[in-house]
Amino acid sequence: MKSMKGAFVSLVAIATLSGTAVADMKKEIGAGEGQVDIVAWPGYIERGESDKNYDWVTDFEKATKCKVTVKTAATSDEMVTLMNQGGFDLVTASGDASLRLVAGKKVQPVNIDLIPNWKNVDDRLKEAPWHTDDGVHYGTPYQWGPNVLAYNTNVFKEPPKSWSVVFEEQTLPDGKTNKGRVQAYFGAIYIADAALYLMHKKPELGIKNPYELNKDQYAAAIDLLKAQRALVGRYWGDAAVQVDDFKNEGIAASSSWPYQVNLLQADKKPVASTIPEEGATGWADTTMMHAEAAHPNCAYMWLNHSLEPKVQGDVAAWFGSVPAVPSACKGHPLLTDTGCETNGFGNFDKIWFWRTPIGKCENEGSCVPYSQWAKDYIAVQGQ
Amino acid sequence: MKAVTAARTGGLARLSDFFFRNRGLLTAFLLLPPLAWIVIVYLGSLFALLLQSFYSLDEFSGLIVRELTFATYAEIFESSNLQIILRTVTMAAAVTVADAVIAFPIAYFAARYARGGAKALFYLAVMMPLWSSYLVKVYAWKLILAKEGIITWAAAQLHLTFLLDGILAIPVIGGPSLSISYLGTFLVFVYIWLPYMILPVQAALERVPRNFIEASADLGARPGQTFRTVILPLALPGIIAGSIFTFSLTLGDSIVPQIVGNSRYFIGQAVYTLQGTAGDIPLAAAFSVVPMVIMGLYLAAAKRLGAFDAL
Repeated sequence: MKSMKGAFVSLVAIATLSGTAVADMKKEIGAGEGQVDIVAWPGYIERGESDKNYDWVTDFEKATKCKVTVKTAATSDEMVTLMNQGGFDLVTASGDASLRLVAGKKVQPVNIDLIPNWKNVDDRLKEAPWHTDDGVHYGTPYQWGPNVLAYNTNVFKEPPKSWSVVFEEQTLPDGKTNKGRVQAYFGAIYIADAALYLMHKKPELGIKNPYELNKDQYAAAIDLLKAQRALVGRYWGDAAVQVDDFKNEGIAASSSWPYQVNLLQADKKPVASTIPEEGATGWADTTMMHAEAAHPNCAYMWLNHSLEPKVQGDVAAWFGSVPAVPSACKGHPLLTDTGCETNGFGNFDKIWFWRTPIGKCENEGSCVPYSQWAKDYIAVQGQ
Repeated sequence: MKAVTAARTGGLARLSDFFFRNRGLLTAFLLLPPLAWIVIVYLGSLFALLLQSFYSLDEFSGLIVRELTFATYAEIFESSNLQIILRTVTMAAAVTVADAVIAFPIAYFAARYARGGAKALFYLAVMMPLWSSYLVKVYAWKLILAKEGIITWAAAQLHLTFLLDGILAIPVIGGPSLSISYLGTFLVFVYIWLPYMILPVQAALERVPRNFIEASADLGARPGQTFRTVILPLALPGIIAGSIFTFSLTLGDSIVPQIVGNSRYFIGQAVYTLQGTAGDIPLAAAFSVVPMVIMGLYLAAAKRLGAFDAL
């Protein structure tokens, strides 16, 4: 009977989601359904199988009797596809997927009154545009992080102040050119990094948001990247490949994630990271709930659990990200008191979080859409 | 005969009688599952792919326009896309030639001289790399070819660094290090697909009758002449069969150039990127059609060369 009722509720939810979204939010949490199915990034939900110190699932299962199953996805597109197919309750969506899911009506509004731990959430993230639409919350923040500038400390005695070390040909502090010794990100979203650099380098272009570029601003970014091609030996797409390139290919500087930097430092390599004066791009992930979630009660319990300071600290320590819950930064044994700062906690305001560039945009009226970015970036790399 | 044709009772017996009288139906019944598999799974998906390639992507909104058009194919002929195709085909051709040159002597030795235990060992040696994960092999090669890898180290120990630098300084195929150059991509491809060339060549050489070679010698042909006029033509079908493997595998691969190479796109990567984040399924589909067309042309050329005459 319960499942019948659940099916009915979700049918109603689909039928009426447009327009009256708020009315469909759950009003109370009932008994757990015994299961919750989550689509997540690799490393985001660990039950101690990789390392027994990193386990934030077992306790939850014991306390709620909700068995957690995880399907990992490697790209944002994979996540969107899985959610479109259905059969999942939750997804840890990045900013370039979350709004697509909202627009596609694949996720439902979340009633934050049912999530006691919402009060723990970083105020800077509570109303973030990548999960809030018209004041309605489509999920709870999970983790975020910057795309940092990683550099070799043998080459740079002082942290580089500008992204120019990867964008423009120059002599590095060790007296040798940067040609062939820098890397750039493989994905076309990196065009935003170029745009961010131009925002400061060429203010006359009038770039207000690196994800919203008109034709001229976009052309300038592409020109910059074309010149960068001569400096870049190989673009990095795979974190493991980049770690190896820092070790074995004499890379001096590159855009990177704290994850790689942590791995390299754990390996005692002379690598550090910084956020230059231009700021940086970054990612922010949200746990969102499927519009037809079969286990909404367990899903709500997980949403609440995911905002526990301990869980947040565990994830941040494991993944090299920043917790969405600031209280996780103090006194967490795995993350330690410096972990949040290391991973970028203080740099929130300097970060432009990943979003999918779309044709219709606020600042410029009409912008170059992501499909064009992808095509042109292939051409840049191929020249 | 009378006993057989007399009608019997019992379900199974009747069924068997029915099929005995209608041979055609039995054949059709047995062929149905594999045929359905080929038509639905293979041809069906191929058709879906073809159909997608005739759609186009709306430049403004990034949405797929479901109207038949050649616009997407026109995009294939833009210079950056043509470069991707040219780059992939050149790489596939170079890899195929190198594999054939390396595989032939190995296969020749195995077919003509190796006996008993040595032959078993040969099979093991050729097959063994196929049993380990493809990714492990590619990552291992990345380490071998790295700037601070074993090849650079060995060159330094032998005071041959100038030679390595000289090779890397060659325009186009060189680069900052072996693992960041076309040369590196090429070496990894050659290694990875080599078994697919050795095995068919060896099978073809096994079938060259020994007395043909003896007859050739008896009639006064020098060894080189025998090789050119007897052995090579008879082994050609094997080489072509192997080249179909190495050529098409290189044409479609997206992993090797991503891990070892200079990030310039190959067809497989272009398809992966376009269908992924970009959501440009039509162009990805059009790109997937390209290797099929190239393989079609290749097979037609191979047929003219008589590669399939022995089948």
